[in-house]
Amino acid sequence: MHSVMNKKTILKRGLALSLAAVLIGSLSACGSSSTEESASSEALTITNVSYDPTRELYQAYNEAFVAHYQEETGQTVEIIQSHGGSGGQARSVVEGADADVVTLALAHDITLIEQAGLIEPDWISEFEGNSSPYTSTIVFLVRKGNPKNITDWDSLVQDGVEIIHPDPKSSGAACWGFLAAWYYAGQRFGGDEAQMKEFVHDLYANVTVMDSGARGATTTFVENGQGDVLVSWENEAIQTAEEYPDDYEIITPSVSILAQPSVAIVDENADKNGTQELAHEYLAYLYSDEGQTIIGEHGYRPSNEAILNQFADKYNLDINLCTIDDFGGWDAAYDKFFYDGGVFDEIYAQ
Amino acid sequence: MRFTHSKRVIPGFGLTMGVTIAMLSLLILIPLASVFVYAFRMSAADFLETVTNSAVLYAFRTSIVCALLAALINCVFGTILAWVLVRYDFPGKRFLDGLIELPFALPTAVAGITLSKMYSTTGILGKPLAGLGIEVSYTHLGLLVALVFIGIPFVVRAIQPVLEKLDPQYEEAAFILGASRRKTFFRIILSELRPALLTGFGLAFARGLGEYGSVIYISGNSAKEHTQVVSYVIMQKLNYMDYASATSIALILLIISFLMLLFVNMVQVRQSKRTNAV
Repeated sequence: MHSVMNKKTILKRGLALSLAAVLIGSLSACGSSSTEESASSEALTITNVSYDPTRELYQAYNEAFVAHYQEETGQTVEIIQSHGGSGGQARSVVEGADADVVTLALAHDITLIEQAGLIEPDWISEFEGNSSPYTSTIVFLVRKGNPKNITDWDSLVQDGVEIIHPDPKSSGAACWGFLAAWYYAGQRFGGDEAQMKEFVHDLYANVTVMDSGARGATTTFVENGQGDVLVSWENEAIQTAEEYPDDYEIITPSVSILAQPSVAIVDENADKNGTQELAHEYLAYLYSDEGQTIIGEHGYRPSNEAILNQFADKYNLDINLCTIDDFGGWDAAYDKFFYDGGVFDEIYAQ
Repeated sequence: MRFTHSKRVIPGFGLTMGVTIAMLSLLILIPLASVFVYAFRMSAADFLETVTNSAVLYAFRTSIVCALLAALINCVFGTILAWVLVRYDFPGKRFLDGLIELPFALPTAVAGITLSKMYSTTGILGKPLAGLGIEVSYTHLGLLVALVFIGIPFVVRAIQPVLEKLDPQYEEAAFILGASRRKTFFRIILSELRPALLTGFGLAFARGLGEYGSVIYISGNSAKEHTQVVSYVIMQKLNYMDYASATSIALILLIISFLMLLFVNMVQVRQSKRTNAV
């Protein structure tokens, strides 16, 4: 009697476990079948995983692109946008977010996806200008009248200046900002690293709130009224100054950095989703006159010279810009400045 | 003792146990095991270096101290809240009771952004406080506010049912025997509440220790001011795809939470033994 009971229990238990297994199996099968369905149905869908401040830009661009593509091919397209700190967005793609294209804040983040085998190695030459359809730079946004009299990078190290700047450990804008400050210090101190470190140390000692992304920093500065100066993207500064012309003004430092946000097709996903062609067209159209104009309207510098000049009153085109090549490229810059134990940790921990 | 389940009124031990084990494995055991696997890919020296890095240690200190303080504050105010909700009748009681659970329902990021705006020096609540020289947002105080916010339901919901079952006769007896009100509270009511209070404390602390969403918006994340919490440091490492460092820090966090909950359980076991012995 007893042994029969036990056998029964074992049987039941086995049944329960296999039931659970079947359940899980069918769940995951559901997941995969639904993606197949979307690929074969009417509207094509692509996902653009982008960085923090490009929400408005891509909202406007997507609308224009959908109309353009409909007209060209008769095909309806749906575009899903995703935004966040550039590094985190790159990680989400590496970990399996189904992005067809990525439009991130710096080439290094795309390189990380490339190293995971999702993007083909020659992506940087796939589109014009190192696959950067627009550029930007790092500027200062101050409160109207510039009460702290901020004119250049050396104004930022004064006592009593409160800086809002995102965290280089998670924000693309902050990496660009750090490098721009470092370049300024290099010019000022003739490349004496001890003095340069001292300078950026003093600068980061004045950073009172360090948000994880550029948009968070803008919110802290604008909505929550923190700090005297926001050191961030030119496009964020332009958007804010246009929205609140009576409250803020933009200060362009004597030198800054040519920030080249990069775009790429995530080949692995696009091939799987059957969207390679559409993805290519989506990124290529960023270089069209319409795309470049939308870019200019949103405070990014169009890569097309003629269209850039149409927006000449918006940007300080005389600003002296260094490039990432002055630091030996992103890999070298990350090794030296941003990885654990790098210059940033050294100057910030002091 | 063994396998007496065949005598239960409702059958189905095999099925429910199977589901339990499957759920626990899929949701808790396997993911947690992967934390160990990742963390142990590092050499012992690298592991030690990562978790004893000064920024990481400060983050641990900030997280632990703030979570402890927040859990203590929640114990005091959670008890008062539960007391009011159980012992008194007043209009809007149901509504207030429902409100307690709001921190569970609200996305933590929404809570964080709202709190940081309200308590910043230009916000509705932060401005008058700033006038008094108290800054809340972007300081440890702000962090504490966020953790109190997310932890309060744990304490209230742990105490409420015990308080409801607590027979007022105990208090009457104490009163008749001549105990003062203070004595009645501390010796009778509080000792009855202690196990529930400990559970609430443990849960609120463990939750606060690992909290991310609500905290990062209000803390300012300044390594210099030591307002970075451990979960933020883990996210920093993840953003650099430094999985080994991230998981090794997470492992330490896990161990602290585990020890805390173990301690709470042990105290409870001791207490129930004592009560049963009487």
